[in-house]
Amino acid sequence: MVKVLLWGSLRQAADGLTEVEVDAGTFKALLDRLAEAYPGLEPQIRRGVSLSLNGVIYREAWFTEIPPDAEVVLMPYMTGG
Amino acid sequence: MAFDEYQKREFKQVGKRVRRPDGVDKVTGRAMYGADATAPGMLWARILRSPHAHARIRSIDTSAAMALKGVRAVLTGADLPDQEDVFIRDVQNNCMAKDKVLYDGHAVAAVAAVDIATAKAALKLIKVDYEILPHVTDVDKAMAPGAPVVLDGRSLESVPAGMSANVTEHAEFGHGDLGAGFAKADMVLERSYKTPTAHQGYIEPHAALASVTSDGKAELWCCTQGQFYVRTLCAAIMGMEASQLRVTASEIGGGFGGKTTVFIEPVALALARKAGRPVKLVMNRDEVFRATGPTVHSSMDVKIGMTKDGRITAAEAKLRYSGGAFPSGTHSFGAQAAFAAYDLAAVRSYSWNVLTNRPKEAAYRAPGAPQAIYAVEATIDELCQHFGLDPLDVRLKNAARKGTKSSYGPTFPDIGLVATLEAAKAHPHYSAPLEPGQGRGISCGFWFNFGGNSCVSLNINTDGTVGVTEGNPDIGGSRASISLMAAEELGIDYDRVRTIVADTSSLGYNDVTDGSRVTFAVGLATIKAARDAVRVMCERAAKIWGIDADAVEWKDGAAVPAGPNAGKFPPMTLAEIAAVSFETGGPIAGHHEVNVDGAGVSFGVHIVDIEVDKETGATKVLRYTVFQDAGKAVHPSYVEGQMQGGAVQGIGWALNEEYIYGEDGRLQNPTFLDYRVPVASDLPMIDTVILEIPNPGHPYGVRGVGETGIVPPLAAITNAVCRSAGVRMHELPMSPPRVLKALSA
Repeated sequence: MVKVLLWGSLRQAADGLTEVEVDAGTFKALLDRLAEAYPGLEPQIRRGVSLSLNGVIYREAWFTEIPPDAEVVLMPYMTGG
Repeated sequence: MAFDEYQKREFKQVGKRVRRPDGVDKVTGRAMYGADATAPGMLWARILRSPHAHARIRSIDTSAAMALKGVRAVLTGADLPDQEDVFIRDVQNNCMAKDKVLYDGHAVAAVAAVDIATAKAALKLIKVDYEILPHVTDVDKAMAPGAPVVLDGRSLESVPAGMSANVTEHAEFGHGDLGAGFAKADMVLERSYKTPTAHQGYIEPHAALASVTSDGKAELWCCTQGQFYVRTLCAAIMGMEASQLRVTASEIGGGFGGKTTVFIEPVALALARKAGRPVKLVMNRDEVFRATGPTVHSSMDVKIGMTKDGRITAAEAKLRYSGGAFPSGTHSFGAQAAFAAYDLAAVRSYSWNVLTNRPKEAAYRAPGAPQAIYAVEATIDELCQHFGLDPLDVRLKNAARKGTKSSYGPTFPDIGLVATLEAAKAHPHYSAPLEPGQGRGISCGFWFNFGGNSCVSLNINTDGTVGVTEGNPDIGGSRASISLMAAEELGIDYDRVRTIVADTSSLGYNDVTDGSRVTFAVGLATIKAARDAVRVMCERAAKIWGIDADAVEWKDGAAVPAGPNAGKFPPMTLAEIAAVSFETGGPIAGHHEVNVDGAGVSFGVHIVDIEVDKETGATKVLRYTVFQDAGKAVHPSYVEGQMQGGAVQGIGWALNEEYIYGEDGRLQNPTFLDYRVPVASDLPMIDTVILEIPNPGHPYGVRGVGETGIVPPLAAITNAVCRSAGVRMHELPMSPPRVLKALSA
C-alpha cells in the first residue's frame, strides 16, 4: 500500500482525509486507484496533477515505480513562465 | 527512470563564458523577429477591440467593411467553430469574442486587406451593437455577494458552496496545528496586502504571418515561447490535423511567460484561410497591454506567529488572485510557494481564483509566487523589526533544508537555501554602512522549476563540426548552453557546434520554453543525444580497427581502445571518424526524446539598499545583490543575466508598474509612457552571486534559473522602503504618489 498525501482542498473529495492509502506500484496505477476509490478526485486527476516522489516532482511519468515506504504527494499540475 | 543522477566531473566546456551565437545578428539588425516575416501576396490584418469592459454582443454588421475596396476578408467570432473542449473554447474566445466581450480590448472582429491603412479604415466601418453589462475589475469586489458575474457556471468542485460565481477555483495546502502554533508565539502579526496586475513588458509585440493553401496545408511564423503548443492550440481551433500545420518560431524579443499561449495566431490563420492569401498580423503596444496576458492581481491576508528569539511558530496565508476574465490556476502556485522557504510545524495557505473583467492572465516568471512571497516576507520583516532581530538571522533560524517537510507537502531533498542565506550574510553588501535616510531590505524567494517534453537531434558533419537541432525558442541563451553541453559530452570545442531551433515539422513535440526548463531538460536531452552519437562513433572506430564495439571508449573527443586487451590503435578523433562516415556506414547522428523530470527547486536571496526622497516620494535603488542557487551554471553570463533581469522586473513591479483601471472598466495606461518600467538610468548594476549546488536530477547538476529572480524584489524593496522612509506600505506599487500619501498619513 502507498500512502498518498493530498492537498487540503481535495479533502472533501476523499472522505475528509488528506492522507489516503492505495495499492499501486506505479504512478499510473496510483492515479487509477485514487479515482476508483474516491470518484470525487477524478475530475482533478483528469484535468492534470503532478506527483512528488521522495521530494522529486514529476508532471507525468505513468510508469515511474513507487518504492516501498516512499513519500508520495499529489500536487496541482505545474506550469511556469 | 526519466532523468540521470548527477555525477561530479571536471568540465572543459561547460562553465565558460563563450560568445553568444545570436549576438552578431541581434546587434546588426539581421535577426528575424516576428514582424520581419513576409510572404508574396501578403495581406495586412488589424483587429477591432471592445471599448467596453463587459458587454453582450447583440450583432456585428461587417457588410460595409467587406465592401471597402482592398478588403479581402473579415472575421468575427461567428466564423470560428463551437468548441466542445472548455479549455480550447476559452482560448478561442479570448482570441475572438463570440457572444460577450469580457474586458476592455477584447477582440470582436478582424480585417485582412491589401495594406494597413485599408484594414484600419475597414475596422471603422464595422458596426457592433453592444448591450453594456455591469463590470468588475477588482478581485475583492468580484468575490463580494451581488458582484457582476463575468462567466457563470465555471466554478470547480473545489469551490465551497455559497461563494460568488466569479470564484472558479480554490486550493489549500499545509500541515500542523495552527492554533497550538499561534499560542506559542510571543507575537502574532496579521497584515493584508495588495499587488497590481503587471505586464511582462517584453520589447517585441506579438506578430504572426499565416498562410493556408486551398488543399488545407498551413504555415505559421510567429514570435512565441512554444511553437509546438501554438500548433496544438491553432490546430484545435482551426479543426486541422497537426501534421498539416507547420509553425516556425521567430527570434523572440522577450517573453517571460507572456508568449506561452496564443492571442492573434488563430485569427491570422482564419483570415488567411478565408482570404486565400497570406496574412500578417502585428500587435501595437496598446493591444499588447490591453489584450495579451499580464499577471494576476491579488489581495492577500497573512498571519504569522513568532517568538521573541525569532522562531516562527505558525503561519497562515489567504490569497485571492484574479487571473482576469477566464479561469486560471495560478493561485495554487502562490499558495504552494508562499511558505516554501521555511521549516514550519504549523502552516496553512488558502487560495482562490476570481474572475474579473480584465484580460486573461498569462504566466510571468514564477507565476503566482512573487505575490504570495511578497506578503509573507514583508510580514516576517515587520516581526523582525518588532523584536529587534536581524532579518537574515531570522531567515536562517527558520530556513527549510534537506529533510524539511515543505509547506506544500513533499519533504525537501538537497536544497540550497541555507547556503544562499549564509552567502548573503557573509557578503560585504550586508555589512556595508548606510547613510542617514537610506534603508536596506532583504527577502527570500523560491520557485519549483520543472522539466518536460524535449527532443534533440544531433548531427555529426563530415568536416568534424556538429549541428544540434532542438525545439525551444531561445529566450535566455539556451542555444549557447546547449552547444556547450554538446561540446562537453563530445569532447570538442564549443565553436565546432551550432544549435538551431526547429519548426514543428522537424522534431517531435517540445514543451513550451517555460518553467525554467530548457537548459535543464533540453540540456539533458542534448547530453543523451550526444551519447547516442558517441555510441555510433565508437562502433565505427571498432569496425575500422576490427575489434568489438565494447572494446572502444570515448575519451577527450576521440575513440580509443578500452584497455590493453583491445589492441593498440591511436585515438581516432571525432573529425577523423566523421570524415570517413560515408565509407563506414553513412551519416552519423544521435537523438533523444524524453519527458524530463527531476528538476530541482531553486531558492534566492536578495539584498537591496534604497533611499526614499521624502519630498517627491521617489525611491532610488542604490545597491542590489542577488544570491541564487543555480545548480551548475552552464554559461555563467547568461545565468547572471537571468538573475539581473528577474531583479529588475521585480523592482519595476515593486515601485511603479501597475494596470490602472477607470470607473468605466477601461485600462488607463496602456503605453510605456504611463506604465513605467525601470530603464538603465534608474538602476545600479545588479550584482550577482551564483551558488552552484548540484541538482541530483541532472547529469551536470543543472537547475533552472529563469524565474526565481523575480520573486524576492517585491518584499526586499518594501522592507527597504520601510527602513528608509519610516512607513510600512502594504500595497504595490510603491509609486511616488503612494509613498507621499503614506508619509503624510
